[in-house]
Amino acid sequence: MAYVAVKGGEAAIANAHRWLAEERRGDPSVPELDVTQIREQLSLAIDRVMCEGSCYDRDLAALAIKQARGDIQEAVFMIRAYRTTLPRFGASEPLNTVEMRAVRRVSAAFKDIPGGQVLGPTFDYTHRLLDFTLAANGGAEAPPALEAEEPQQYPMPNIGSVFAHEDLLESDAPTPDAPEPYDLTRQPMRFPAGRDQRLQALARGDEGFLLGLAYSGMRGWGNAHPLCGEIRYGDVSVEFVPEELGFPIEIGELLLTECVMITGSAQGGNKAPQYGRGYGLVFGHCERKSMSMAMIDIALKAADAGDAVNAPVKDEEFVLYHSDNVEASGFVQHLKLPHYVDFQAGLLTIRKLRAEYFERQRTAQEAQAAAPTATEELV
Amino acid sequence: MNPQKSNQPAQQYSYAYLDEQTKRMIRRSILKALAIPGYQVPFGSREMPVPYGWGTGGIQVTAALIGPDDVFKCIDQGADDTTNAVSIRQFFAKVADVATTEDTSEATIIQSRHRIPEKTLKQGQIMVMQVPQPEPLRTMEARETETRAMHAYEEYGVQYVSLYQSVAAHGRITIGATYPVMVNERYLMGPSPIPKFDNPKINQSEAIMLFGAGREKRIYAVPPHTDVRSLDFEDYPFEVQTWDEICALCGSEDSYLDEVVLDDQGNRMFVCSDTHHCSVRRDAGHAGPLAGHALGSAKEAAE
Repeated sequence: MAYVAVKGGEAAIANAHRWLAEERRGDPSVPELDVTQIREQLSLAIDRVMCEGSCYDRDLAALAIKQARGDIQEAVFMIRAYRTTLPRFGASEPLNTVEMRAVRRVSAAFKDIPGGQVLGPTFDYTHRLLDFTLAANGGAEAPPALEAEEPQQYPMPNIGSVFAHEDLLESDAPTPDAPEPYDLTRQPMRFPAGRDQRLQALARGDEGFLLGLAYSGMRGWGNAHPLCGEIRYGDVSVEFVPEELGFPIEIGELLLTECVMITGSAQGGNKAPQYGRGYGLVFGHCERKSMSMAMIDIALKAADAGDAVNAPVKDEEFVLYHSDNVEASGFVQHLKLPHYVDFQAGLLTIRKLRAEYFERQRTAQEAQAAAPTATEELV
Repeated sequence: MNPQKSNQPAQQYSYAYLDEQTKRMIRRSILKALAIPGYQVPFGSREMPVPYGWGTGGIQVTAALIGPDDVFKCIDQGADDTTNAVSIRQFFAKVADVATTEDTSEATIIQSRHRIPEKTLKQGQIMVMQVPQPEPLRTMEARETETRAMHAYEEYGVQYVSLYQSVAAHGRITIGATYPVMVNERYLMGPSPIPKFDNPKINQSEAIMLFGAGREKRIYAVPPHTDVRSLDFEDYPFEVQTWDEICALCGSEDSYLDEVVLDDQGNRMFVCSDTHHCSVRRDAGHAGPLAGHALGSAKEAAE
């Protein structure tokens, strides 16, 4: 009986989980995936899980992807739930992305910029034709990448420095006396949100949601026509000042993607006209997301500067409250939980309303039948 | 007292899952909520190992309060054996090494989704409600910046207009669950999605009523012996749900009933939503028209 199934209880839950584990494994005659294989060969999935999971650990991300059967949002959720239990022993020094060991860096604003256009390993310009040799168990070993004839410029100047001598681009100058950045993992959302809170929310936000918002802004739901000042990705050193030393030491490296978007038209007001800047920074190699983030940053800054909030992408409550896929996925899917108590309350009301409706209909029909109708009189 | 027992061997999680700093933060929020009845206190809600919308707020409140001497009851839709209630009860049995019960009067902490038990709660008991949307004004005003200001100024006209619109359109206030209440004649509060049948149980309760909204990161509370008034109009007074039927299993005439579809020919039976209340009555010899029906033994069969 259906009702008994709802009341399945503990045995049903245990059985469901056992079945899930069997499904996860798939056909046991096929060798099981090793987490290191996932880590090495599904590296962009790893990047996305680390990015939206807000936890930089390639091995844990690989484990989460394996356990989640490749469901990226489920893996993100597992990483978040793990991350929240970790103790904090301090904050690193601010990252210096100018000193990024860039693997890829392109700018759409200039034909060439100091440091050059570096394509790096990118899907751009690949023809999206299925490579059936990969299906044939890998096929031939891929030849190794070539080494450049000249070493890349290091540190590679960023787009800000290219514009700096003319002050054409709004600067993101460090503010040493600024308060500690807002931390959404410790404090609830607060409005109006500072840029620190916004950028943190966007960096943790769902790639698909951010992409859709950025796209909507370009398509007319917002008046954004930015261009990509620079996008780069590579390793950045993380420095930490242990109390007992009192000076920074390098404790590791992060692979990051950084994007600076430039507004399509000059901004001015009382200041000298200059281009505005949007910023995106995410864990791993996630160009689509870092670009979307920078474009949303521009849209929200425009609203700050007095632009009409006439599109979703310019509305910070709309953007920030709905970008987190762990929150969104949980709440949407909670509709699977039983709601029969509330539904019963609704049923009682709608039955009463229907009874009253049919009573009114009946009374009206009786009144009509009793009185000669206007048409009969005319005939 | 041996709080490490269930946590130490397999996993390196804290007692009751949350670390002590987080629990302290949540306790401070609870104290503030109790001091300002009905006010939604923002708190640094954490990701939990169950999804948002599935009780993370209630779980965090319970985790901050629970100790090894507590007796924990967890219900969903009034039933102890609904899947999510079972899952949350197992969670605390595992991470807090706590005794669990289905007996309402025996429990020190009762976590619930959508119901308040039929048995009147007593001093010393804590009711923890899971809340999906803490803001009663949200359906009328989407912006948090606006609704916070409306609460600050006690600007609740829009709520009364909404109730009036319901009367104008349908001849009655049609809200069946999440029926808005005024707490201590100051804050408008959503009593979580309980049926309005349960609203009077919050008024002047001896127990502490806590409301946790994890995803929305708010905690609010009704301290014991606080006035909680369901909104209404003089000519359209507040009233709770009633049924023509009685519980088919225990014959109860005054408990909240679930409608159980028996077949696709329109046959129904009505049973108590509060499963423990129903089984206590049956044990005491009360019987309804379908006493002995398989539903009554579904729980025992599952065990």
